[in-house]
Amino acid sequence: MKRLLSLNRHLVQQIGYTALTLMAVATVLPIIAVVIYILIQGLPAISTEFLTGFPHDGMRAGGILPAIIGTLYLTVGTAIFSVPLGIAAAIYLAEYASDTPLTRTIRIAIINLAGIPSVVYGLFGLGLFVIFLNFGTSILAASLTLSIMTLPVIISTAEESLRSVPQAFRTVSISLGATRWQTIRRIVLKEALPGILTGVILGLERAAGETAPILFTGAAFFLPRLPHSPFDATMALPYHLFVISTQVPEMPIQIQYGTALVLLVFVLTMNVIATVIRSRARAKRQW
Amino acid sequence: MEKSLNWREFVITRLVKASGYSAILFVALIFFFLVREGLPTFWKADITSLLSTRWYPIEEYYGILPLITGSLIVTLGATLVAVPLGIGTAVYISEIAPRWMREILKPLVELLGGLPSVVLGFLGILLLSPFLRVFLDLPTGLTALTGSLLLGGIAVPTVVSVAEDALDAVPRAYREGAWALGATRWQTIWRVTFPAARSGVLTAIMLGIGRAIGETMTVMMVTGNAPVLALKLGSLFSPVRTMTATIAAEMGEVASGSTHYHVLFFIGMVLFLISMGVNIAASSVVFRAKKRAERILS
Amino acid sequence: MDKIIIENLSLQYADGIESLRGISLNIREKAVTVLFGPAGGGKSTLLRCLNRLNDLTEVKASSGKILIDGKNILDPDVDVIALRRKIGMVFARPVVLPLSIRGNLTYGLELAGEKRRSKLEEAVERSLKLAALWEEVNDRLDDPAIALSGGQQQRLCLARSLALQPEIILLDEPTSGLDPISTGKVEAALQELKKEYTIILVPHSVQQAARTADYAAFFLQGELIEYGEGQSLFTAPRQKRTEEYVTGRFG
Repeated sequence: MKRLLSLNRHLVQQIGYTALTLMAVATVLPIIAVVIYILIQGLPAISTEFLTGFPHDGMRAGGILPAIIGTLYLTVGTAIFSVPLGIAAAIYLAEYASDTPLTRTIRIAIINLAGIPSVVYGLFGLGLFVIFLNFGTSILAASLTLSIMTLPVIISTAEESLRSVPQAFRTVSISLGATRWQTIRRIVLKEALPGILTGVILGLERAAGETAPILFTGAAFFLPRLPHSPFDATMALPYHLFVISTQVPEMPIQIQYGTALVLLVFVLTMNVIATVIRSRARAKRQW
Repeated sequence: MEKSLNWREFVITRLVKASGYSAILFVALIFFFLVREGLPTFWKADITSLLSTRWYPIEEYYGILPLITGSLIVTLGATLVAVPLGIGTAVYISEIAPRWMREILKPLVELLGGLPSVVLGFLGILLLSPFLRVFLDLPTGLTALTGSLLLGGIAVPTVVSVAEDALDAVPRAYREGAWALGATRWQTIWRVTFPAARSGVLTAIMLGIGRAIGETMTVMMVTGNAPVLALKLGSLFSPVRTMTATIAAEMGEVASGSTHYHVLFFIGMVLFLISMGVNIAASSVVFRAKKRAERILS
Repeated sequence: MDKIIIENLSLQYADGIESLRGISLNIREKAVTVLFGPAGGGKSTLLRCLNRLNDLTEVKASSGKILIDGKNILDPDVDVIALRRKIGMVFARPVVLPLSIRGNLTYGLELAGEKRRSKLEEAVERSLKLAALWEEVNDRLDDPAIALSGGQQQRLCLARSLALQPEIILLDEPTSGLDPISTGKVEAALQELKKEYTIILVPHSVQQAARTADYAAFFLQGELIEYGEGQSLFTAPRQKRTEEYVTGRFG
């Protein structure tokens, strides 16, 4: 009886383990499949003309250069606003703020920012930047909108990274006559940098792939030239993919897959860079 | 020199502080602009029209119930996909997987979180929906179910990462205690580790749901965009339209200041309040659990 | 001569764990003063008051005075940065900053605005020699400091505070993590240093207290029980509780 019970227990464990393994596989396998599938389907579309040319024939032929450049602009624009602000906010939370009701309010605000649907950011950007501040449908308005959306990601990863720097470094630095800011700049930020960088890239990755926030703030359906200034609207890879896969009839399938592939490579590259930075920093870390 | 040092320190401290407070400012600004543009709905559109079951803006029908039920049914479906899959994966990663496996799985799950939603929508249109149409013998493959399946995939990374953090935070001593009493690893997971991480797992589920309600592009592309009231489970197999998709699809074409424009902002306001509710609820679960732990420890 | 005069110092942390109650103590210049007693007695708290490191902690209430060279350093308008440059501190665990050996030593001076290479080099060599570490590391000053052994790291920490040419050195159980040989090296360095510096040491054992003390103060639960010259306090304590602790009956 006892042996039967123990056999039973181990059988249950075996079955359970198998089930959980299958679940993990079910989660991960589609991701790999998606990436490989798009790679196979999209690769034939990739050519110099596709990457460096302008679309023509109602976007049914030619290249996607304006969309690539546009996404680049938007990503850089987002970084300009969100990176300094996000890191500064993280420094405040990790290094200066004590546990007051105000700090708790800030944290709740950040949690909320993280949860607001992307299309609502689009509405906000439309209301504030496009209409109220009169930036028009522009790279500037779209970048600002994406920045605020990216902010919580950057703040929370940067804060976590700052907090992981041992407290003793700060105490020692202060005891040697450093001010708080000198300690942060010379010791803490340097040590937290890889973690912060990882967060920044992951945040920007998300911004680069977003469509909904730029729908009414900066995305152009079709633009036969590159944008000239931050006040121009721009094409962007994710929006372009949306347009050619839903709005343009008789769209050659190859161009669709090609566009998806370029977008995916753009995003995956950032993801891989972030992952590499993080794991290298972990391996190097001595505390 | 000391003087300039103090001055610099002062300025920097102020700047850093202001950046911290900016998060509050942004939430307030977002809310303000949603209210500013959304509230006129109440005097521009008929209340009875708002509460009706018909969304047909061209003829001034602004019934938002079909959109709400659309969002609900898609989110419900997504939750049914994401919760078991996400929690199963989290338990696997944190309790069972060997180290090397963990190192592969975690970045992959993170990658899923980073996949642009249009790419998933695009594949949904080209692959998933034709498959479902044939497999389930439906008139169209662009249904709530299609959206739910993809949305489930989008919500999984959120569930996995939060739940995994919660499981990781369970002290090792709990597990060792259970093993010492003769429990198998499997029993330990479900009777000790998992209950100890309960509140974190609950947070994970809530945040996953929040992610699903707010998702826009994928659902707009694959759910068929039909604003019909979805009250039965069978509605899963027919086209629906969510709140987010409605805003995304129609805002580009409305005149600023029109009734339709204000109603779309009003829907945005509702979405904002829902996400705020979900997030505050989720974080207060964590806070409460923390407080309880503190009480036990002290 | 008295370098530091502590008058009726009381302090309570916000979490209410450790505190000081009415401490009055005169600390002699150019001598080793040892603060000893069981854990939680307030020794570290007192040390951290002397260079205002407690500013970083949440203190609920404090009163009393600490006069260094006749000036009350607890005054709110005291320049704490200058104060901390004047008072070096070595912690229980060796904490080298994530910099090179040289970078650790020049850190404080660079913050103080010293840019001249020759001055910095001079400070590196002088402080390493004082801490008895020069021989061991002078050929690899640009290596990361973390690569040093524990005992070397702790002497580097001592050298780091010496580089600023402080007047007072605070040591909070500096040898608690070290092997006997490294401990001996640190104690020997202290005996040299006391010719130039005022040293306040929280030892990690009564034996170390007895070995190193010119003056000794016995702390128990936030109160100063007995204070006197090292020799007499360890051989003929006046207080019963001191005697019991020194002879190992509790603690």
